[in-house]
Amino acid sequence: MTRFVVRRLLGAVPLVIGVSMIIFGILQAMPGGPLAVYLDNPYITGRDIALIKHQLGLDQPLYVQYARWFGAYALGHWGISYSSGVPVARLIFGRLPATLLLMGTSFLLAMLFALTTGVYSAVRQHTAFDYAATVFSFLGISMPVFWFGLMLQLLVAVHLGWLPVAGFGTGGWLTVGQHLVLPSIVLAMFTAGRWSRFTRAGVLEVLRQDYIRTARAKGLAERRVVFRHALRNSLIPVVTVVALDLAGLLSGAVVTETVFAWPGMGSLLIQSISNVDYPTLLAILMLSSFAIILSNLLADVLYSLLDPRIVYR
Amino acid sequence: MSVRAAALPRRSSLLLDAWRRFERDRLAAAGAVVLLVLAIGAAAAPLFTRYAPNQVDLAGLDVAPSAVHWFGTDDLGRDAFSRALYAGRVSLSIGVGAAAVSAIVGTAVGACAGYYGGVVDSVLMRATDVVLSIPPLPLVIVLSAIVKPSPQILILIIAGIGWMGTARLVRGAFLSIRETEYVEAARAAGCSSARIILRHALPNSLAPIIVAATLAVGNAIITESVLSFLGVGIQPPTASWGNMLQNAESTMTTKPWLSVFPGVFILLSVLGVNALGDGLRDALDVRMKE
Repeated sequence: MTRFVVRRLLGAVPLVIGVSMIIFGILQAMPGGPLAVYLDNPYITGRDIALIKHQLGLDQPLYVQYARWFGAYALGHWGISYSSGVPVARLIFGRLPATLLLMGTSFLLAMLFALTTGVYSAVRQHTAFDYAATVFSFLGISMPVFWFGLMLQLLVAVHLGWLPVAGFGTGGWLTVGQHLVLPSIVLAMFTAGRWSRFTRAGVLEVLRQDYIRTARAKGLAERRVVFRHALRNSLIPVVTVVALDLAGLLSGAVVTETVFAWPGMGSLLIQSISNVDYPTLLAILMLSSFAIILSNLLADVLYSLLDPRIVYR
Repeated sequence: MSVRAAALPRRSSLLLDAWRRFERDRLAAAGAVVLLVLAIGAAAAPLFTRYAPNQVDLAGLDVAPSAVHWFGTDDLGRDAFSRALYAGRVSLSIGVGAAAVSAIVGTAVGACAGYYGGVVDSVLMRATDVVLSIPPLPLVIVLSAIVKPSPQILILIIAGIGWMGTARLVRGAFLSIRETEYVEAARAAGCSSARIILRHALPNSLAPIIVAATLAVGNAIITESVLSFLGVGIQPPTASWGNMLQNAESTMTTKPWLSVFPGVFILLSVLGVNALGDGLRDALDVRMKE
């Protein structure tokens, strides 16, 4: 097991390097290059630009720049934000809690929905509940997240006035909680339908197995058969799907945060794009890619832990 | 992944069986009808609209939906119904185009990886893993912000984050197909690799590719609408469902109709595509891992 984890960790190294090269390449291709902010400034002459380029090492070959950038990056020097003058690391870690709060809450909501409806649909296949859950999941999968957010704002916040329209809210947990409700529902909608379908499929698959028939034949209560015997095995594929969906969840968070003016990494990304703030963009893309690589690794390890039939060497 | 239907003796019977199953699938039929209506509405937009999509009417700004303006008018007095239909041309064709491109790229990558194996396989699959490790939406947002895309470029950008699933799917199919007797026979008969891939292996892995490509249309439509909503996709005055929503967002409380209809069109088209894709999956009897 340890060898398997170590090998997977080593396998992730080329991934990290590949991702960083792509991201570095993309940002090199941006119009104006890394010094775009200075190009529009009438007080900065061509000579100044050349001087800054030399000072920052931007006149060196690309591979030298990349190597130095990657080295500094690994050591935690993420540069200074162009638009705010604050170190990027501080900027990002200032925004991280809001994103984690949003993603965590919607993760729990989606999981709760997926497990209850998924299991119940499978156990009561072809009932009205099953069809209703199917329709709802189908809607969730097909729903454009940002538009769902807009409609909730319109209906719940503006029309009914039950909850705040947008923002984070200052002044204690209660206000933050009130501001959290709508965006976390929107983000949960994004994955809840998919996860519910996977749970349903997983449970249905397992309920057909011989050992379930044996458990029933022993005279066990259906409740015990479902929760003790079937559920654990049917959740194995769900774990993988959930871990692999982190990339999607991150994407959903960008949109949700923008719609609800939620002060997290997603809205920071959009701001950085309009401010042409390269260091911040780089750091956000790098950090989120890194999170995805880690979660995929976690999915692999969890999978092997949960399913003893899989032997890793 | 297993393609059980591929084991049937004749190709025509595969398609015939699939068609019989598909015919009975009412949800898929409903999806197809919805898509067809939207596509006809978009393609033949001039027949259904009284106003040009970019026709400004300063005497009739922000009119609520009525018999004259079915979806109302926007802040420039443009007819929202007409814009929504014309926007369908942009949004639907980008959806279909991006799905087609990503299917082609994914199939090419997966076919090479699965057929040649070895180093080719390792390199291509590591590249696939790398692209899969970057969060897709932030990536396309950054790319679109750099290049200020035309619709054609937007198709390429959206396809750039959508081909990996198909690549893995096709690779898996090819890995098993290349061990079969008929491929060995073809090789013994002196067929070139290209001919084996295109004439023998590809037709036998077509079913999952078709299903994946269909479902990809929905994702591409949503991605386009998100990009346009964030202002880095289709640029005004050309209407797309996403940038209509961007335009409507600031005045949402006073003119809710502007933000309702484009979203309904997006939802309907994605629902239609997904229903169709699910129906195709059942009809073609494809079991998909992703």
